[in-house]
Amino acid sequence: MNIDKRITDDLVANGVSFVTTVPCKQLAGVIDEIDQRDEIFHIPSNKEDEGMGLCAGAWMGGKRPAIIMQNTAIGVTINTLATLIQYYRMPLPMLISYRGELREPVACQVEMAVHTKALLAQMNIPTYHFHWQKDVEEFDNILKYTFMCNKPVAILTDANFWGGYGDQ
Amino acid sequence: MIRSEILREIAPIIRDHLVVCNIGLPSQELHMIDDQPTNFYMLGTMGLSSSIGFGLALAQDKPVISIDGDGSVLTNLGTLPTIANNATGNYTLLIIDNGSYGSTGDQPTYAGKKTSLTAVARACGCENVVEVQDRDLGPVLQEAIDSDEMTIIICKCDSGNIKLPVITMDPVVIRDRFMKAVQA
Repeated sequence: MNIDKRITDDLVANGVSFVTTVPCKQLAGVIDEIDQRDEIFHIPSNKEDEGMGLCAGAWMGGKRPAIIMQNTAIGVTINTLATLIQYYRMPLPMLISYRGELREPVACQVEMAVHTKALLAQMNIPTYHFHWQKDVEEFDNILKYTFMCNKPVAILTDANFWGGYGDQ
Repeated sequence: MIRSEILREIAPIIRDHLVVCNIGLPSQELHMIDDQPTNFYMLGTMGLSSSIGFGLALAQDKPVISIDGDGSVLTNLGTLPTIANNATGNYTLLIIDNGSYGSTGDQPTYAGKKTSLTAVARACGCENVVEVQDRDLGPVLQEAIDSDEMTIIICKCDSGNIKLPVITMDPVVIRDRFMKAVQA
């Protein structure tokens, strides 16, 4: 299964047409795939809170948005999630590269990984963790759930899900 | 002129357009001067007025004006390259530059010292950047709205605030009312 294509297909099928990204090595394939789709307008952000602002505006303008970013961004966006996305009750699927989990080669990434789920739980953000490739089968339902309840929803995708970093 | 005087002067120009207004006193002032369903008041999230307005402008065709401040733009400087590289003609960014953090007690910003937001916007790739003195803003803003080109306006003015109440409208009501105005 090509998970980059599967994720992008599900975004398109759910009417997501505005995607902002702050890149991660693990997300490079899905960002490439999104760039190739005419149905999706892709606008890279310089920082994830800026990206959430773009998504908020796009949603109020009638588009279904999504943000693609690393889990380190949770540390950047707590205020924006609380005072913009949650306070005004807006839907925002967050496809998140879960760095610092199993098969992670960079030790510093673990320092935010250990806080990631606790922060999301503290924020009452529905959170899903994709560890096996078959977990992607839930993505379509997660998108439907997000736009049903008008909440930010986190999809954490770890290195094992993406196929790891090769031999270590 | 101080910001509230500027907002009073441009209220008739922006009344019929979609406006995203900066957190704190700017939103409170606009709400008091001329509350409209086409106004989206930010109640939190300093720095994102330009980003929210730009996302809105990209998503639909009506003109959008983001009212921002020098301090708020400085907190989200990454917005300017994004806007420059994805320019859309229905977007106007109005930065009311009074050289101070007005909502927190008029502490000076770097834009009131050595930093020129006009030069920063140009260096970020924004092609249509106009620096204007407060009393001359009206016609410049009208032209920017009417134009097919995206415009960044830096309006230099005095710092100073008026006493006024906070906005008590529920955020979901603000947002819902605004979305209906977008669709109207």
